[in-house]
Amino acid sequence: MVGAGIVGAACAKELAEAGLRVAICEQNGYAGGGATAAGMGHLAVMDDSDAQFALTSYSQSLWRELAQELPAEAEYLACGALWVAADEEELREVERKFRFYQNRNVPAEILDSKQLAEAEPNLRAGLAGGLLLTADSVCYPPCAAGYLTKRAAATGGNIFFGKKVTEVSESGVRLEDNTFLTAGLTVIATGAAAVRLAPEIDVHPRKGHLAITDRYPGFVRHQLIELGYLKNAHSTTADSVAFNVQPRVTGQILIGSSRQFGVEDAVAEGPMLSNMLARAIEYMPAIADLSTIRVWTGFRAATPDNLPLIGARPGYRRIYLATGHEGLGISTSLATASLLADEILGRDSAIPRSPYEPSRSVAVHA
Amino acid sequence: MPENLTIEVNGCELPAKAGMSVAAALFQAGEFRFRISASGQPRAALCGMGICFECRVTIDGQANCRSCQILVRDGMVIRTS
Ligand SMILES: Cc1cc2nc3c(=O)[nH]c(=O)nc-3n(C[C@H](O)[C@H](O)[C@H](O)COP(=O)(O)OP(=O)(O)OC[C@H]3O[C@@H](n4cnc5c(N)ncnc54)[C@H](O)[C@@H]3O)c2cc1C
Ligand code: FES
Repeated sequence: MVGAGIVGAACAKELAEAGLRVAICEQNGYAGGGATAAGMGHLAVMDDSDAQFALTSYSQSLWRELAQELPAEAEYLACGALWVAADEEELREVERKFRFYQNRNVPAEILDSKQLAEAEPNLRAGLAGGLLLTADSVCYPPCAAGYLTKRAAATGGNIFFGKKVTEVSESGVRLEDNTFLTAGLTVIATGAAAVRLAPEIDVHPRKGHLAITDRYPGFVRHQLIELGYLKNAHSTTADSVAFNVQPRVTGQILIGSSRQFGVEDAVAEGPMLSNMLARAIEYMPAIADLSTIRVWTGFRAATPDNLPLIGARPGYRRIYLATGHEGLGISTSLATASLLADEILGRDSAIPRSPYEPSRSVAVHA
Repeated sequence: MPENLTIEVNGCELPAKAGMSVAAALFQAGEFRFRISASGQPRAALCGMGICFECRVTIDGQANCRSCQILVRDGMVIRTS
Protein backbone atom coordinates (compact mmCIF):
# COMPACT_ATOMS: atom_id res chain seq x y z
CA MET A 1 0.00 0.00 0.00
CA VAL A 2 1.56 3.27 -1.06
CA GLY A 3 0.20 6.08 1.11
CA ALA A 4 -1.34 6.13 4.59
CA GLY A 5 -4.00 8.76 4.00
CA ILE A 6 -7.52 7.80 4.97
CA VAL A 7 -7.90 5.84 1.72
CA GLY A 8 -4.65 3.84 1.98
CA ALA A 9 -5.22 3.24 5.69
CA ALA A 10 -8.76 1.97 5.11
CA CYS A 11 -7.62 -0.28 2.23
CA ALA A 12 -4.70 -1.66 4.28
CA LYS A 13 -6.99 -2.52 7.20
CA GLU A 14 -9.55 -4.18 4.94
CA LEU A 15 -6.96 -6.27 3.09
CA ALA A 16 -5.11 -7.24 6.28
CA GLU A 17 -8.38 -8.35 7.87
CA ALA A 18 -9.17 -10.37 4.75
CA GLY A 19 -5.99 -12.35 5.40
CA LEU A 20 -3.45 -10.69 3.09
CA ARG A 21 0.01 -9.77 4.35
CA VAL A 22 0.04 -6.00 4.06
CA ALA A 23 2.79 -3.38 4.24
CA ILE A 24 2.23 0.37 4.00
CA CYS A 25 4.87 2.80 2.69
CA GLU A 26 4.13 6.34 3.77
CA GLN A 27 6.51 9.21 3.04
CA ASN A 28 5.58 11.10 6.21
CA GLY A 29 6.44 9.92 9.70
CA TYR A 30 2.73 9.41 10.52
CA ALA A 31 -0.59 8.49 8.92
CA GLY A 32 -3.12 10.95 7.52
CA GLY A 33 -0.80 13.89 6.91
CA GLY A 34 -1.82 14.61 3.29
CA ALA A 35 -5.24 15.79 2.09
CA THR A 36 -6.65 13.76 4.97
CA ALA A 37 -5.24 16.23 7.51
CA ALA A 38 -6.51 19.16 5.45
CA GLY A 39 -10.07 17.91 4.90
CA MET A 40 -13.20 18.71 6.83
CA GLY A 41 -14.31 15.21 7.71
CA HIS A 42 -17.95 15.57 6.74
CA LEU A 43 -19.17 11.99 6.24
CA ALA A 44 -21.73 12.81 3.60
CA VAL A 45 -24.24 11.18 1.29
CA MET A 46 -24.36 12.90 -2.08
CA ASP A 47 -26.96 12.82 -4.86
CA ASP A 48 -25.08 14.31 -7.79
CA SER A 49 -25.07 10.95 -9.63
CA ASP A 50 -26.39 7.45 -8.92
CA ALA A 51 -22.82 6.17 -8.68
CA GLN A 52 -21.85 8.92 -6.20
CA PHE A 53 -24.95 8.17 -4.15
CA ALA A 54 -24.25 4.42 -4.13
CA LEU A 55 -20.67 4.92 -2.96
CA THR A 56 -21.39 7.58 -0.35
CA SER A 57 -24.42 5.86 1.17
CA TYR A 58 -22.66 2.48 1.30
CA SER A 59 -19.66 4.13 2.90
CA GLN A 60 -21.84 5.98 5.39
CA SER A 61 -23.26 2.67 6.59
CA LEU A 62 -19.69 1.37 7.04
CA TRP A 63 -18.76 4.50 9.02
CA ARG A 64 -21.76 3.99 11.27
CA GLU A 65 -20.49 0.48 12.09
CA LEU A 66 -16.90 1.64 12.57
CA ALA A 67 -18.07 4.47 14.84
CA GLN A 68 -18.80 1.89 17.57
CA GLU A 69 -15.09 1.18 17.90
CA LEU A 70 -13.45 4.49 16.88
CA PRO A 71 -11.32 6.03 19.64
CA ALA A 72 -12.48 9.34 21.15
CA GLU A 73 -9.71 11.29 19.34
CA ALA A 74 -11.36 10.42 16.00
CA GLU A 75 -14.09 12.83 17.19
CA TYR A 76 -16.98 11.07 15.46
CA LEU A 77 -20.06 13.24 15.88
CA ALA A 78 -23.49 12.25 14.55
CA CYS A 79 -24.55 15.88 14.13
CA GLY A 80 -26.44 15.55 10.82
CA ALA A 81 -26.01 17.87 7.86
CA LEU A 82 -28.15 20.80 6.82
CA TRP A 83 -28.20 21.99 3.22
CA VAL A 84 -29.20 25.63 3.40
CA ALA A 85 -31.51 27.18 0.78
CA ALA A 86 -31.15 30.94 0.41
CA ASP A 87 -34.13 31.56 -1.86
CA GLU A 88 -37.17 30.01 -3.54
CA GLU A 89 -35.12 28.56 -6.38
CA GLU A 90 -32.87 26.74 -3.94
CA LEU A 91 -35.93 25.60 -1.99
CA ARG A 92 -37.13 23.79 -5.11
CA GLU A 93 -33.74 22.08 -5.15
CA VAL A 94 -34.36 21.09 -1.51
CA GLU A 95 -37.62 19.46 -2.58
CA ARG A 96 -35.91 17.60 -5.41
CA LYS A 97 -33.18 16.34 -3.10
CA PHE A 98 -35.78 15.35 -0.51
CA ARG A 99 -37.61 13.16 -3.03
CA PHE A 100 -34.32 11.68 -4.21
CA TYR A 101 -33.36 10.65 -0.67
CA GLN A 102 -36.86 9.60 0.33
CA ASN A 103 -37.00 7.21 -2.65
CA ARG A 104 -33.75 5.68 -1.44
CA ASN A 105 -34.68 5.38 2.23
CA VAL A 106 -32.22 8.03 3.40
CA PRO A 107 -33.69 9.89 6.39
CA ALA A 108 -34.32 13.49 5.30
CA GLU A 109 -36.49 16.36 6.51
CA ILE A 110 -37.43 19.65 4.87
CA LEU A 111 -37.14 22.65 7.19
CA ASP A 112 -39.01 25.87 6.48
CA SER A 113 -37.52 29.28 7.18
CA LYS A 114 -38.62 29.29 10.83
CA GLN A 115 -37.50 25.73 11.53
CA LEU A 116 -34.12 26.49 9.96
CA ALA A 117 -33.69 29.50 12.25
CA GLU A 118 -34.56 27.35 15.26
CA ALA A 119 -32.18 24.61 14.19
CA GLU A 120 -29.29 27.06 13.61
CA PRO A 121 -29.90 30.37 15.41
CA ASN A 122 -26.66 31.91 14.11
CA LEU A 123 -27.70 31.71 10.45
CA ARG A 124 -28.79 35.04 9.02
CA ALA A 125 -32.50 35.78 9.17
CA GLY A 126 -34.68 35.31 6.11
CA LEU A 127 -33.13 32.21 4.57
CA ALA A 128 -35.70 30.16 2.68
CA GLY A 129 -35.27 26.78 4.37
CA GLY A 130 -33.14 23.69 4.28
CA LEU A 131 -32.78 19.96 3.96
CA LEU A 132 -31.74 18.07 7.09
CA LEU A 133 -29.90 14.80 6.52
CA THR A 134 -29.93 13.26 9.97
CA ALA A 135 -27.64 10.34 9.13
CA ASP A 136 -24.68 12.51 8.07
CA SER A 137 -21.90 12.84 10.59
CA VAL A 138 -18.40 14.27 10.97
CA CYS A 139 -15.05 12.99 12.20
CA TYR A 140 -11.46 14.18 12.67
CA PRO A 141 -9.87 12.52 9.62
CA PRO A 142 -6.16 12.26 10.55
CA CYS A 143 -6.99 10.42 13.78
CA ALA A 144 -9.43 8.15 11.96
CA ALA A 145 -6.62 7.37 9.46
CA GLY A 146 -4.24 6.75 12.37
CA TYR A 147 -6.71 4.32 13.89
CA LEU A 148 -7.21 2.41 10.62
CA THR A 149 -3.42 2.19 10.21
CA LYS A 150 -3.07 0.78 13.74
CA ARG A 151 -5.77 -1.75 12.97
CA ALA A 152 -3.87 -2.85 9.86
CA ALA A 153 -0.72 -3.20 11.97
CA ALA A 154 -2.58 -5.13 14.67
CA THR A 155 -3.65 -7.63 12.01
CA GLY A 156 -0.05 -8.35 11.05
CA GLY A 157 0.59 -5.40 8.73
CA ASN A 158 3.99 -3.71 8.49
CA ILE A 159 3.94 0.07 8.53
CA PHE A 160 6.95 1.81 7.02
CA PHE A 161 6.84 5.50 7.86
CA GLY A 162 9.27 7.93 6.29
CA LYS A 163 9.49 5.78 3.15
CA LYS A 164 8.82 7.59 -0.09
CA VAL A 165 8.04 5.44 -3.10
CA THR A 166 9.61 6.64 -6.34
CA GLU A 167 8.49 3.88 -8.69
CA VAL A 168 5.84 1.16 -8.77
CA SER A 169 6.22 -1.95 -10.90
CA GLU A 170 4.48 -5.34 -11.25
CA SER A 171 6.90 -6.81 -8.73
CA GLY A 172 6.91 -4.14 -6.04
CA VAL A 173 8.02 -0.62 -5.18
CA ARG A 174 11.28 1.27 -5.25
CA LEU A 175 11.99 3.67 -2.39
CA GLU A 176 13.81 6.97 -2.49
CA ASP A 177 16.96 5.37 -1.03
CA ASN A 178 16.83 2.87 -3.94
CA THR A 179 15.71 -0.06 -1.76
CA PHE A 180 13.33 -2.36 -3.61
CA LEU A 181 10.41 -3.89 -1.69
CA THR A 182 8.91 -6.96 -3.36
CA ALA A 183 5.13 -7.11 -3.37
CA GLY A 184 2.62 -9.51 -4.91
CA LEU A 185 0.24 -6.61 -5.43
CA THR A 186 0.73 -2.86 -5.07
CA VAL A 187 -2.00 -0.31 -4.43
CA ILE A 188 -1.33 3.34 -5.26
CA ALA A 189 -3.25 5.36 -2.67
CA THR A 190 -1.26 8.58 -2.74
CA GLY A 191 -4.18 10.98 -3.25
CA ALA A 192 -3.51 13.91 -5.58
CA ALA A 193 0.13 12.78 -5.88
CA ALA A 194 -0.93 9.53 -7.60
CA VAL A 195 -0.11 10.99 -11.03
CA ARG A 196 3.58 10.93 -10.10
CA LEU A 197 3.47 7.13 -9.86
CA ALA A 198 0.80 6.59 -12.54
CA PRO A 199 1.20 9.47 -15.00
CA GLU A 200 -1.50 8.20 -17.37
CA ILE A 201 -4.42 8.84 -15.01
CA ASP A 202 -6.53 11.97 -15.43
CA VAL A 203 -6.30 13.24 -11.84
CA HIS A 204 -5.72 16.92 -11.10
CA PRO A 205 -5.07 18.70 -7.81
CA ARG A 206 -7.85 21.02 -6.71
CA LYS A 207 -6.73 23.33 -3.99
CA GLY A 208 -8.91 24.13 -1.00
CA HIS A 209 -8.64 26.50 1.97
CA LEU A 210 -10.06 26.01 5.46
CA ALA A 211 -10.02 28.05 8.66
CA ILE A 212 -10.66 26.96 12.24
CA THR A 213 -11.86 29.09 15.12
CA ASP A 214 -11.30 29.03 18.82
CA ARG A 215 -13.81 27.08 20.95
CA TYR A 216 -17.41 28.34 20.82
CA PRO A 217 -19.51 25.36 21.93
CA GLY A 218 -23.04 25.39 20.52
CA PHE A 219 -22.44 28.15 17.98
CA VAL A 220 -23.05 25.70 15.12
CA ARG A 221 -25.01 22.47 15.61
CA HIS A 222 -24.96 20.68 12.25
CA GLN A 223 -22.60 20.41 9.33
CA LEU A 224 -23.92 23.34 7.25
CA ILE A 225 -23.57 23.65 3.50
CA GLU A 226 -25.12 26.21 1.19
CA LEU A 227 -27.04 24.68 -1.69
CA GLY A 228 -25.08 26.85 -4.08
CA TYR A 229 -22.13 24.58 -3.13
CA LEU A 230 -22.96 22.14 -5.88
CA LYS A 231 -23.01 24.81 -8.58
CA ASN A 232 -19.65 26.02 -7.30
CA ALA A 233 -18.04 22.67 -6.57
CA HIS A 234 -18.73 21.21 -9.98
CA SER A 235 -17.42 23.99 -12.08
CA THR A 236 -14.22 22.47 -13.41
CA THR A 237 -12.61 25.73 -14.42
CA ALA A 238 -13.51 28.74 -12.28
CA ASP A 239 -12.23 29.36 -8.75
CA SER A 240 -15.05 29.27 -6.23
CA VAL A 241 -15.93 29.58 -2.56
CA ALA A 242 -18.94 28.22 -0.69
CA PHE A 243 -20.40 28.49 2.79
CA ASN A 244 -19.57 25.24 4.51
CA VAL A 245 -19.08 25.10 8.29
CA GLN A 246 -18.71 22.26 10.71
CA PRO A 247 -19.06 21.92 14.48
CA ARG A 248 -16.16 20.10 16.11
CA VAL A 249 -16.43 18.06 19.30
CA THR A 250 -14.06 20.60 20.88
CA GLY A 251 -16.48 23.48 20.27
CA GLN A 252 -14.27 24.77 17.48
CA ILE A 253 -15.81 25.66 14.13
CA LEU A 254 -14.27 24.61 10.88
CA ILE A 255 -14.97 27.15 8.14
CA GLY A 256 -14.72 26.31 4.44
CA SER A 257 -14.30 26.14 1.65
CA SER A 258 -12.65 27.09 -1.60
CA ARG A 259 -11.87 25.31 -4.85
CA GLN A 260 -9.09 26.24 -7.25
CA PHE A 261 -7.67 24.49 -10.28
CA GLY A 262 -4.21 24.87 -11.70
CA VAL A 263 -2.54 26.02 -8.47
CA GLU A 264 0.18 23.74 -7.15
CA ASP A 265 1.53 26.03 -4.43
CA ALA A 266 0.17 25.12 -0.98
CA VAL A 267 0.53 28.64 0.44
CA ALA A 268 -2.63 30.08 2.03
CA GLU A 269 -3.81 32.92 -0.23
CA GLY A 270 -5.21 36.09 1.32
CA PRO A 271 -7.74 36.95 -1.41
CA MET A 272 -9.10 33.38 -1.53
CA LEU A 273 -9.37 33.28 2.27
CA SER A 274 -11.10 36.61 2.49
CA ASN A 275 -13.63 35.57 -0.19
CA MET A 276 -14.24 32.35 1.67
CA LEU A 277 -14.70 34.06 5.04
CA ALA A 278 -16.89 36.77 3.51
CA ARG A 279 -19.14 34.03 2.15
CA ALA A 280 -19.31 32.41 5.58
CA ILE A 281 -20.14 35.76 7.21
CA GLU A 282 -22.85 36.36 4.61
CA TYR A 283 -24.62 33.23 5.87
CA MET A 284 -23.59 33.49 9.55
CA PRO A 285 -22.92 37.15 10.39
CA ALA A 286 -21.71 36.41 13.93
CA ILE A 287 -18.74 34.48 12.51
CA ALA A 288 -17.20 37.93 11.99
CA ASP A 289 -16.76 38.27 15.78
CA LEU A 290 -15.18 34.86 16.31
CA SER A 291 -11.48 34.40 16.69
CA THR A 292 -9.88 32.30 13.94
CA ILE A 293 -6.76 30.54 15.14
CA ARG A 294 -5.44 28.74 12.07
CA VAL A 295 -5.85 28.54 8.31
CA TRP A 296 -4.44 25.97 5.89
CA THR A 297 -4.82 24.47 2.44
CA GLY A 298 -5.02 21.00 0.93
CA PHE A 299 -5.30 19.34 -2.45
CA ARG A 300 -8.24 17.24 -3.55
CA ALA A 301 -7.62 14.67 -6.27
CA ALA A 302 -10.14 15.64 -8.96
CA THR A 303 -11.27 13.43 -11.85
CA PRO A 304 -13.23 14.49 -14.97
CA ASP A 305 -16.44 12.70 -13.88
CA ASN A 306 -16.13 13.45 -10.14
CA LEU A 307 -15.87 9.74 -9.33
CA PRO A 308 -12.82 8.07 -7.78
CA LEU A 309 -10.55 5.51 -9.39
CA ILE A 310 -10.88 2.20 -7.54
CA GLY A 311 -9.46 -1.03 -8.96
CA ALA A 312 -6.89 -2.49 -11.33
CA ARG A 313 -4.59 0.00 -13.05
CA PRO A 314 -5.29 -0.32 -16.79
CA GLY A 315 -2.53 -2.25 -18.55
CA TYR A 316 -1.12 -3.83 -15.35
CA ARG A 317 -1.92 -7.11 -13.59
CA ARG A 318 -0.59 -6.42 -10.12
CA ILE A 319 -1.00 -2.70 -9.64
CA TYR A 320 -4.19 -1.19 -8.27
CA LEU A 321 -5.39 2.39 -7.88
CA ALA A 322 -7.38 3.97 -5.04
CA THR A 323 -7.37 7.71 -5.68
CA GLY A 324 -9.37 10.52 -7.30
CA HIS A 325 -11.77 11.03 -4.39
CA GLU A 326 -11.89 14.83 -4.79
CA GLY A 327 -13.85 16.39 -1.91
CA LEU A 328 -15.34 13.13 -0.65
CA GLY A 329 -12.42 10.89 0.18
CA ILE A 330 -13.04 10.84 3.91
CA SER A 331 -16.67 9.90 3.29
CA THR A 332 -15.94 7.25 0.68
CA SER A 333 -12.72 5.76 2.07
CA LEU A 334 -14.38 2.80 3.77
CA ALA A 335 -16.47 1.84 0.73
CA THR A 336 -13.35 2.24 -1.43
CA ALA A 337 -11.52 -0.25 0.78
CA SER A 338 -14.36 -2.70 0.65
CA LEU A 339 -14.73 -2.53 -3.16
CA LEU A 340 -10.98 -2.79 -3.71
CA ALA A 341 -10.71 -5.84 -1.45
CA ASP A 342 -13.68 -7.43 -3.26
CA GLU A 343 -11.96 -6.97 -6.60
CA ILE A 344 -8.61 -8.30 -5.37
CA LEU A 345 -10.18 -11.29 -3.65
CA GLY A 346 -12.75 -12.03 -6.37
CA ARG A 347 -15.67 -11.36 -4.03
CA ASP A 348 -19.05 -9.91 -4.95
CA SER A 349 -19.61 -6.31 -3.86
CA ALA A 350 -22.49 -4.63 -2.09
CA ILE A 351 -22.75 -2.09 -4.95
CA PRO A 352 -21.67 -2.29 -8.63
CA ARG A 353 -17.94 -1.54 -9.02
CA SER A 354 -17.93 -0.54 -12.69
CA PRO A 355 -18.57 3.24 -12.27
CA TYR A 356 -15.27 3.57 -10.37
CA GLU A 357 -13.11 1.26 -12.50
CA PRO A 358 -9.97 3.07 -13.59
CA SER A 359 -10.44 1.51 -17.05
CA ARG A 360 -13.56 3.62 -17.71
CA SER A 361 -13.06 5.90 -20.67
CA VAL A 362 -12.67 9.24 -18.88
CA ALA A 363 -10.16 8.12 -16.27
CA VAL A 364 -6.98 7.91 -18.32
CA HIS A 365 -5.48 10.26 -20.87
CA ALA A 366 -6.20 9.25 -24.47
CA MET B 1 -4.32 61.23 36.70
CA PRO B 2 -6.04 58.58 34.52
CA GLU B 3 -9.78 58.45 34.81
CA ASN B 4 -11.26 55.99 37.36
CA LEU B 5 -13.54 53.37 35.82
CA THR B 6 -15.66 50.55 37.15
CA ILE B 7 -15.62 47.11 35.55
CA GLU B 8 -17.51 43.98 36.51
CA VAL B 9 -15.51 40.79 36.93
CA ASN B 10 -17.48 37.57 37.53
CA GLY B 11 -20.32 39.57 39.03
CA CYS B 12 -18.18 41.80 41.32
CA GLU B 13 -17.67 45.49 40.64
CA LEU B 14 -14.00 46.48 40.63
CA PRO B 15 -12.17 49.77 40.16
CA ALA B 16 -9.85 50.21 37.17
CA LYS B 17 -8.03 53.05 35.43
CA ALA B 18 -8.51 54.19 31.85
CA GLY B 19 -5.66 53.01 29.61
CA MET B 20 -5.23 49.69 31.39
CA SER B 21 -5.53 46.41 29.53
CA VAL B 22 -8.18 44.02 30.75
CA ALA B 23 -5.38 41.59 31.66
CA ALA B 24 -3.70 44.21 33.86
CA ALA B 25 -7.00 45.02 35.54
CA LEU B 26 -7.57 41.33 36.26
CA PHE B 27 -4.10 40.91 37.76
CA GLN B 28 -4.60 44.05 39.83
CA ALA B 29 -7.85 42.59 41.13
CA GLY B 30 -5.94 39.47 42.22
CA GLU B 31 -7.41 37.28 39.51
CA PHE B 32 -4.79 34.75 38.40
CA ARG B 33 -7.09 32.29 36.70
CA PHE B 34 -8.31 33.80 33.44
CA ARG B 35 -9.53 30.55 31.94
CA ILE B 36 -9.36 26.78 32.20
CA SER B 37 -7.40 25.06 29.43
CA ALA B 38 -8.81 22.20 27.39
CA SER B 39 -6.95 19.78 29.67
CA GLY B 40 -8.40 21.42 32.79
CA GLN B 41 -5.46 23.57 33.90
CA PRO B 42 -5.77 27.16 35.14
CA ARG B 43 -4.28 29.74 32.74
CA ALA B 44 -3.56 33.47 32.80
CA ALA B 45 -1.89 36.09 30.61
CA LEU B 46 1.65 35.08 29.67
CA CYS B 47 3.12 37.01 26.76
CA GLY B 48 1.12 40.19 27.18
CA MET B 49 1.42 40.91 23.46
CA GLY B 50 -1.34 38.98 21.74
CA ILE B 51 0.64 35.93 20.69
CA CYS B 52 0.07 33.14 23.22
CA PHE B 53 -3.75 33.28 23.56
CA GLU B 54 -3.45 32.22 27.21
CA CYS B 55 -5.28 35.32 28.44
CA ARG B 56 -8.65 34.69 26.78
CA VAL B 57 -11.73 35.77 28.73
CA THR B 58 -15.35 36.59 27.90
CA ILE B 59 -15.92 40.33 27.48
CA ASP B 60 -19.46 41.72 27.20
CA GLY B 61 -20.69 38.26 26.19
CA GLN B 62 -18.06 37.67 23.53
CA ALA B 63 -16.04 34.53 24.33
CA ASN B 64 -12.31 34.10 23.69
CA CYS B 65 -11.21 37.75 23.75
CA ARG B 66 -7.49 38.28 24.34
CA SER B 67 -7.55 40.40 27.48
CA CYS B 68 -3.99 41.67 27.01
CA GLN B 69 -5.02 43.38 23.74
CA ILE B 70 -8.19 45.09 24.93
CA LEU B 71 -8.38 48.22 27.09
CA VAL B 72 -10.89 48.48 29.91
CA ARG B 73 -14.04 50.53 29.36
CA ASP B 74 -16.37 51.82 32.03
CA GLY B 75 -19.08 49.22 32.71
CA MET B 76 -17.28 46.42 30.89
CA VAL B 77 -18.50 42.97 31.93
CA ILE B 78 -15.73 40.37 32.14
CA ARG B 79 -16.07 36.68 32.83
CA THR B 80 -13.20 34.30 33.54
CA SER B 81 -13.77 30.54 33.59
C1 LIG C 1 -10.31 21.79 2.02
C2 LIG C 1 -10.74 20.37 1.89
C3 LIG C 1 -11.94 19.95 2.52
C4 LIG C 1 -12.36 18.62 2.41
N1 LIG C 1 -13.49 18.25 3.07
C5 LIG C 1 -13.91 16.95 2.99
C6 LIG C 1 -15.08 16.52 3.68
O1 LIG C 1 -15.73 17.28 4.41
N2 LIG C 1 -15.48 15.22 3.54
C7 LIG C 1 -14.79 14.34 2.76
O2 LIG C 1 -15.20 13.19 2.65
N3 LIG C 1 -13.66 14.72 2.11
C8 LIG C 1 -13.22 16.00 2.21
N4 LIG C 1 -12.09 16.39 1.53
C9 LIG C 1 -11.42 15.42 0.67
C10 LIG C 1 -10.55 14.48 1.46
O3 LIG C 1 -9.72 15.22 2.34
C11 LIG C 1 -9.69 13.66 0.48
O4 LIG C 1 -10.50 13.12 -0.54
C12 LIG C 1 -9.04 12.50 1.20
O5 LIG C 1 -8.32 12.93 2.33
C13 LIG C 1 -8.10 11.75 0.26
O6 LIG C 1 -7.42 10.77 1.01
P1 LIG C 1 -6.24 9.97 0.34
O7 LIG C 1 -5.84 8.94 1.32
O8 LIG C 1 -6.64 9.53 -1.02
O9 LIG C 1 -5.11 11.07 0.09
P2 LIG C 1 -4.09 11.75 1.14
O10 LIG C 1 -4.72 12.02 2.44
O11 LIG C 1 -3.43 12.88 0.43
O12 LIG C 1 -3.05 10.60 1.41
C14 LIG C 1 -2.05 10.26 0.51
C15 LIG C 1 -0.86 9.83 1.34
O13 LIG C 1 0.14 9.35 0.48
C16 LIG C 1 1.39 9.83 0.90
N5 LIG C 1 2.24 9.83 -0.27
C17 LIG C 1 2.13 10.62 -1.37
N6 LIG C 1 3.08 10.30 -2.27
C18 LIG C 1 3.82 9.30 -1.71
C19 LIG C 1 4.93 8.53 -2.15
N7 LIG C 1 5.47 8.74 -3.35
N8 LIG C 1 5.42 7.57 -1.33
C20 LIG C 1 4.87 7.35 -0.09
N9 LIG C 1 3.81 8.05 0.37
C21 LIG C 1 3.29 9.00 -0.44
C22 LIG C 1 1.09 11.21 1.45
O14 LIG C 1 2.08 11.61 2.37
C23 LIG C 1 -0.25 10.98 2.12
O15 LIG C 1 -0.14 10.61 3.48
C24 LIG C 1 -11.62 17.71 1.65
C25 LIG C 1 -10.42 18.10 1.04
C26 LIG C 1 -10.00 19.41 1.16
C27 LIG C 1 -8.70 19.80 0.52
S1 FES D 1 -1.12 37.22 27.21
FE1 FES D 1 -0.44 36.22 25.41
S2 FES D 1 -2.04 36.72 24.03
FE2 FES D 1 -2.63 37.80 25.78
